[in-house]
Amino acid sequence: MAVETFYYDNKIVRKFGMATVIFGIVGMLVGLLIALQLAFPALNFGIEYTSFGRLRPLHTNAIIFAFVGNSIFMGVYYSLQRLLKARMFSDLLGNIHFWGWQLIILAAAITLPLGMTTGKEYAELEWPIDIAITLIWVVFGINMFGTILKRRERHLYVAIWFYIATWIAIALLHIVNSMEYPVSMTKSYSMYAGVQDALVQWWYGHNAVAFFLTTPILGLMYYFLPKAANRPVYSYRLSIVHFWSLVFLYIWAGPHHLLYTSLPDWAQSLGVAFSIMLIAPSWGGMINGLLTLRGAWDRVREEPVLKFFVVAITAYGMATFEGPMLSLKSVNAIAHFTDWIVAHVHVGGLGWNGFMAFGILYWLVPRLWQTKLYSTKLANAHFWIGTMGIVIYAVPLYIAGIVQGLMWKQFDSSGFLEHPNFLETVTQIVPMYMLRALGGLFYLIGALVMVWNLVMTIKQGTFLKEEKAEAPALDDGEAEKGAYWHRWIERKPIQMLILSLVLLLVGTFIELVPTFLIKENVPTISSVKPYTPLELQGRDLYQREGCNVCHTQMVRPFRSEELRYGGEYSKAGEFVYDHPFMWGSKRTGPDLHRVGGRWGDDWHYRHLIEPQAVSPGSIMPAYAHLAEHELDLSLTTKKLQAMQAMGVPYTDSLIANAAAVLNAQAKEIQARLEVAHIRTSETKEIIALIAYLQRLGTDIKAQPAPVVTLPDLVAPAILPSTPTPAAPSATPSIPQVNQ
Amino acid sequence: MRYVKHFFENIAGIEIYPMISLLIFFFFFLALGFYVLKMRKAHVQYMAASPLDLDRHEEEQHAPQAPQS
Repeated sequence: MAVETFYYDNKIVRKFGMATVIFGIVGMLVGLLIALQLAFPALNFGIEYTSFGRLRPLHTNAIIFAFVGNSIFMGVYYSLQRLLKARMFSDLLGNIHFWGWQLIILAAAITLPLGMTTGKEYAELEWPIDIAITLIWVVFGINMFGTILKRRERHLYVAIWFYIATWIAIALLHIVNSMEYPVSMTKSYSMYAGVQDALVQWWYGHNAVAFFLTTPILGLMYYFLPKAANRPVYSYRLSIVHFWSLVFLYIWAGPHHLLYTSLPDWAQSLGVAFSIMLIAPSWGGMINGLLTLRGAWDRVREEPVLKFFVVAITAYGMATFEGPMLSLKSVNAIAHFTDWIVAHVHVGGLGWNGFMAFGILYWLVPRLWQTKLYSTKLANAHFWIGTMGIVIYAVPLYIAGIVQGLMWKQFDSSGFLEHPNFLETVTQIVPMYMLRALGGLFYLIGALVMVWNLVMTIKQGTFLKEEKAEAPALDDGEAEKGAYWHRWIERKPIQMLILSLVLLLVGTFIELVPTFLIKENVPTISSVKPYTPLELQGRDLYQREGCNVCHTQMVRPFRSEELRYGGEYSKAGEFVYDHPFMWGSKRTGPDLHRVGGRWGDDWHYRHLIEPQAVSPGSIMPAYAHLAEHELDLSLTTKKLQAMQAMGVPYTDSLIANAAAVLNAQAKEIQARLEVAHIRTSETKEIIALIAYLQRLGTDIKAQPAPVVTLPDLVAPAILPSTPTPAAPSATPSIPQVNQ
Repeated sequence: MRYVKHFFENIAGIEIYPMISLLIFFFFFLALGFYVLKMRKAHVQYMAASPLDLDRHEEEQHAPQAPQS
């Protein structure tokens, strides 16, 4: 068999590596800033573009898609060529992939601070960027599969399986979750509404963690760990079980992000059951990684790369144990919406993703530049500063989360809330926010030490653009002789792709289809009506400012929450016109689903202009610009038409008279503000936002006379500030209310 | 919700779904276990050595030797 000589392309690896480092630093800097904003709200600078609600999506997008994304591509482009003994299929496609991805990041960095967002977590980018992501992802796919097809190694190593599953899963998730109805180039509405939107979003959100932050990194682990340790993976068989069970199980677990919400109960239970099962493959993978170092633990002492890998894999194990625990309803009741979740994801993000990326960079850069690492001491220093950073970051947030979660639920001896003022539970944990920011600072300093070390390494070396390699060509004739049936899968990337897709679709269909097709999963409530034109505009402002980043709209069926938020728990039928859903996932501030009518318009006005003046100690950014900016009315009709097209029952006459209807409602609010000695024009944005806030959760209160009363569920004396007593349940069944 | 319609009030015979799910699971993992256990040792060792720059020959049952440290 003739031996062929060919060259590995290192230039594309270098490009993605550079981008990893640059965007890592940028993403961490933004993270540090927003961490500090929670402790020192003045750092929102009173500017709309730098407020927490707009920068938080920038941070998550920068870290997930720019830092981790580029690190994935760096590792894939390096390992794929070598595992397949082939140069990448096309240099041009590689370059289109690289520059396209960076342009998408640039677009995100511009649009997110400007408030252009779909409002869906980790999928905030607007529809033109979504299309660009799809195209670039296809380019990446063609380049990857093209390389696989022209390979010189018959068998696909397990790392490549992980890459293939990543590619198909992300394509599926991105397309399904990004179904949007465009209103303008920078504005769209999710095609799904309420419960269905929530289910699709968290099917996406959970599996973005699974297939963007986990499976590709596991692929990298299965390549770079054996490389760095210079020994094969502990058990190749286990890695196969790890792969197939992860692909099969992960997709089902999304509903654990929606426990105790209005999602149908069966879907919640399904999510929990699969989350528990996920411990097995995740820990199988962790053990496989750690045991690869059996007999080589002494080398961990000297080799910083291995140190980073060991902590990364341990963090993977901790996060994947914690995840299933958090999906237990009793744990979730306390942890959900608190900083516990933030700590959890950062153990994964800082520990698993960050440390894997650092380890790979320390391993790759000296090899690409044909030299030794400039300073092992500095790399070790980075390791320790980073590890300390993770601990200082996570521990205070665990404490903050548990403290706040318990404070929300604490009753006094006479059955009232011990801490009826939400703010009390915030000021209690502000010191923890300060410590967390310190942890983040440590982590960032560590990363800067790495940058210095890598720059010095690069300076002393010479970059190897084209790496010479030799391998015999693949002989197809011999391939099928005596092949076992399992090799049928292993040798054929397309079969692998299809089988992965089938496994992903099984869970997807079982979860999504019944919620879409069966009416009893989302019971309708006759008194729930679409938003008025002004309220719809206000809702868009709520979305633009990222209010949903810190405020939930989901009163869970706990007595403590019904008391605190002055009303009933949230029902599925209340969200049928919510494109997109705005349930949120974190309560840095209180829930707003029953905020309508709770305070006067003037209270909202003053609170939005300067939160601290109304609520001393509040950490909410000021939204004074809302009282300065004129409400953009140019899209009102288009927005209503879009909603109508999606099935929201707006009449043609309402749409025709939208401007007048909007103006009339705005004038009413302006008049009420004037009574409270607030002079403003009815054309300001703040009027629309107040209209929306005052509408929230009020429809259900317009129900006819009670059919079923729930005397035991709501204490006789509700909070003094509650304007109306809790309305009767919309559904005839008596729900189980937990404490 | 024009794009998202509810076609049924409820599903008849929903009870069978959990049973089907259990069976899918059981057989999936049974097949996976079978698949893994049936792999030839030489092949497993050959695959495991993929990331390492060794001269690999599956037919000779060449197992990569961990370097002595």
